[in-house]
Amino acid sequence: MRSTLIIRTVARVLSPLVLTFGLYIILHGHLTPGGGFQGGAVVATGIALLMVAHPPEYVRKAFRHGVLNVVESGGALGFLGMAILGLMGYTFFRNTIANSGFLLFGEGTPYGINLGTLNTGGTLPYMNIFVGLKVMAGLSAIVLLFLLSKGGDGK
Amino acid sequence: MIDGFLFIQIIIGFALVVTAVTAVRLKNLLAAAIALGGFSLILSLEFYVLQAPDVAMAEAAVGAGLTTALFVLAIKRTSDEEVEE
Repeated sequence: MRSTLIIRTVARVLSPLVLTFGLYIILHGHLTPGGGFQGGAVVATGIALLMVAHPPEYVRKAFRHGVLNVVESGGALGFLGMAILGLMGYTFFRNTIANSGFLLFGEGTPYGINLGTLNTGGTLPYMNIFVGLKVMAGLSAIVLLFLLSKGGDGK
Repeated sequence: MIDGFLFIQIIIGFALVVTAVTAVRLKNLLAAAIALGGFSLILSLEFYVLQAPDVAMAEAAVGAGLTTALFVLAIKRTSDEEVEE
């Protein structure tokens, strides 16, 4: 079972859309349904599509298990770091960036009925991004190890 | 008597049973894995109808995307025909 022209073309057309949709879900996690886990799973699905559609030699060159390991651990540490940042205010997990005027995600929340402002939320978007990185790296590492493991006939 | 919500529920329930039985009955394992992905997709549609878009997204990404990829990779290593004991 080789990867045919149809599979490669579909993957080339579809994977940018899937990856963009996943990043959209992660970045809008504090405004719309979905968040870090859902967006990370969608991004990992796009990466799995790329991995399945291309020959193993390319995949081995393009994705390194060590890099995915580092990204996954960095996501967990970043999430904990954002939680510890709450100790600057009062408690663990306190949202110290919200409404503080910080450049990224620190804008004041508008009152009343509105469409939602992306540049609000404080630590929530940061936590969504870190959880998204961790889930993306973890799930793609599973697929990568499954694809490249030397078992059975030694392939 | 039967409103749109109930109608969609009946359609989705019927389609879930059909795809699940198809996944069990098919002899070609690759086709069975694809049928399981279709089952997952319809299940995520049901979650969306029941107003749980978060769960629907997770189900569509993990159930229809990643497990299907894992099944395809596992079948790639072995044969795609069911072996009778």
